[in-house]
Amino acid sequence: MDEILDSSKTLECDILIIGGGTAGPMAALKAKKKNPKANVVLLDKANVKRSGAISMGMDGLNNSVIPGYATPEQYTKEITIANDGICDQAAVYRYAQECYGIIQELDSFGIRFQKDENGEYDVKKVHHIGTYVLPMPNGDTVKKALYRQLRKARINIVNRYMATRLLTGEGRIAGAICVNTRSAEFLTIKAKAVIMGLGAAGRLGLPTSGYLYGTYENASNSGEGYSMAYHAGAGLANLECYQINPLIKDYNGPACAYVAGPMGGYTANAKGERFIECDYWSGQMMQEFYDELQGGKGPVYLKLNHLAEETVAEIERVLHIVERPTRGHFHAGRGTDYRKQMIEMHISEIGFCSGHSASGVFVDEHARTTIPGLYAAGDMANVPHNYMLGAFTNGAFAGMDAADFIEDVDFAKFDESEVIAERDRVLAPTKRDDGIPPNQIEYKTRRLVNDYLQPPKVTAKMELAQKRFEEVRDDMEQGMYVQDAHELMRALEASSILDCADMAAAASMYRTESRWGLYHNRVEYERDDENWFCHTILTKGEDGKPAHKKQDVKPYVIEIEDDEKDAYYKQRVGATVAAE
Amino acid sequence: MPLAQTATTVPVVVNDDLCIADKGCTVCVDVCPLDVLRIAIKDDGTKTAYMKYDECWYCMPCEADCPTDAVTVNLPFLLK
Repeated sequence: MDEILDSSKTLECDILIIGGGTAGPMAALKAKKKNPKANVVLLDKANVKRSGAISMGMDGLNNSVIPGYATPEQYTKEITIANDGICDQAAVYRYAQECYGIIQELDSFGIRFQKDENGEYDVKKVHHIGTYVLPMPNGDTVKKALYRQLRKARINIVNRYMATRLLTGEGRIAGAICVNTRSAEFLTIKAKAVIMGLGAAGRLGLPTSGYLYGTYENASNSGEGYSMAYHAGAGLANLECYQINPLIKDYNGPACAYVAGPMGGYTANAKGERFIECDYWSGQMMQEFYDELQGGKGPVYLKLNHLAEETVAEIERVLHIVERPTRGHFHAGRGTDYRKQMIEMHISEIGFCSGHSASGVFVDEHARTTIPGLYAAGDMANVPHNYMLGAFTNGAFAGMDAADFIEDVDFAKFDESEVIAERDRVLAPTKRDDGIPPNQIEYKTRRLVNDYLQPPKVTAKMELAQKRFEEVRDDMEQGMYVQDAHELMRALEASSILDCADMAAAASMYRTESRWGLYHNRVEYERDDENWFCHTILTKGEDGKPAHKKQDVKPYVIEIEDDEKDAYYKQRVGATVAAE
Repeated sequence: MPLAQTATTVPVVVNDDLCIADKGCTVCVDVCPLDVLRIAIKDDGTKTAYMKYDECWYCMPCEADCPTDAVTVNLPFLLK
């Protein structure tokens, strides 16, 4: 294993789905259900059984819109406000209308959701305005349940192949070039439609621990989706709206205020005082977190030590088996007992992820990107505040739309020389006798991301970042060296990470205003609705570098009253609440 | 420009006595999202799983899915 082999194969399918985490499997199931004759291939660079953000499960649905608790109109309004108004509501509204059906479908797969004594869904309030959080008592079984469905539906699963570039021709998608992560063998897949569900760019900033894989996101989510969409010519929206999370320091995993919050836990400063009204993750909330630290009132903690024993035990039970189960090991190693100590938190490094912010490959309410036949869903597509249920639901939209799309088209012709050029690019690090290993290219890129791109954003620093990134790119293209196929996978990831770093800097430079709290806090500029109440769309320019344009926010489906618009800016607790 | 051999301690530990790689089991290698585990041949000629690459998300499928509880995921030293 890992020996570099020289081989190349071709495969044809109707629908190629890249990424077998959350959105991908649901897209596959829906496409196959709608068109049982379609040849659907689900590709993953890991193994679909345990790949993606929900590898070990999820503790709950953070954004369920369940009749009796919330309406699609309320949810659409909340997400629009949380996202500072920059939101094409059609996609959010469609999600809000149809996610309940997806919950019922997941329920039928054997994934249980918490119900009260009357058998009703036991929905909790975490957001600033509405009520959308639904716990999953057996959330550790999600991937297994999905895998059973994929087998039953006879989806063709291809594991350990990494897509490196998309192919286009005749003005639409034509397929993808892939490489085996254990043998470096090439696989060119011709497809009538391609659905991308490659997750976040989770390895963009460097965790403060210095450990490259100590990320919040599954560390295999290294930004290939963004990079491939960019090189294929698709538009990417609002990449300056970074993902920055309030995490457990060093562990760099979620503190899970969404689990603890409804049970009485909250985010506190060093004195144990509550300083934000609402623990729902937003740029505005992160700005308050940052201000608390800057004001000398930190560190910031998750506070549970005031809760009753049975409550703490229940929180532990959920948090230590689902999503990030090593959390229990981490606290045990540090001697942290939720009953006695508060849990130290910090501000994470930056990433791209629409799961919690709003950036990503631009899609409409059908999950269509700007390239016909190419779809994106989940953390990498720009439907804001997606979370897991958003990935499932938008993945479903992509699968259903792709099933229709392939009815009327044959394989698009593409330029074969693109495949040869990509082979040369991919294999270059295997042709050298020595050079720089990918982990050093990656480390340096990500360290520079921290040094120069972490908000508050300063123009002069971002300009330096761009200069340094160019130097790293030269070193990567001229001197990166790998010894086996596994390292080659890391080399390709390093290349995606560098693409994402370039895009993060360029997008942040383009929007000359501040918006989304800390996510795009450009200290030299105030918020400017007159000039910047718009999407920014980044594409690959003629010169091979990022190009930008403004795009209007589509007219709202759900009107927002003037006095509601700033609700997410009123996060800091008033004097009376703080004293309680 | 030769490459250095810098040692690191790895977070995933496999108990050789419990590991059944010799019977053909590759579950932990298969499920790892980062693909960091491999099968090694021991001095006595039998096989065992081990962590070859120090690139761990400490996510735990290897530990959870191991049929003989041979795998333990520790926190990487840099962040524990």
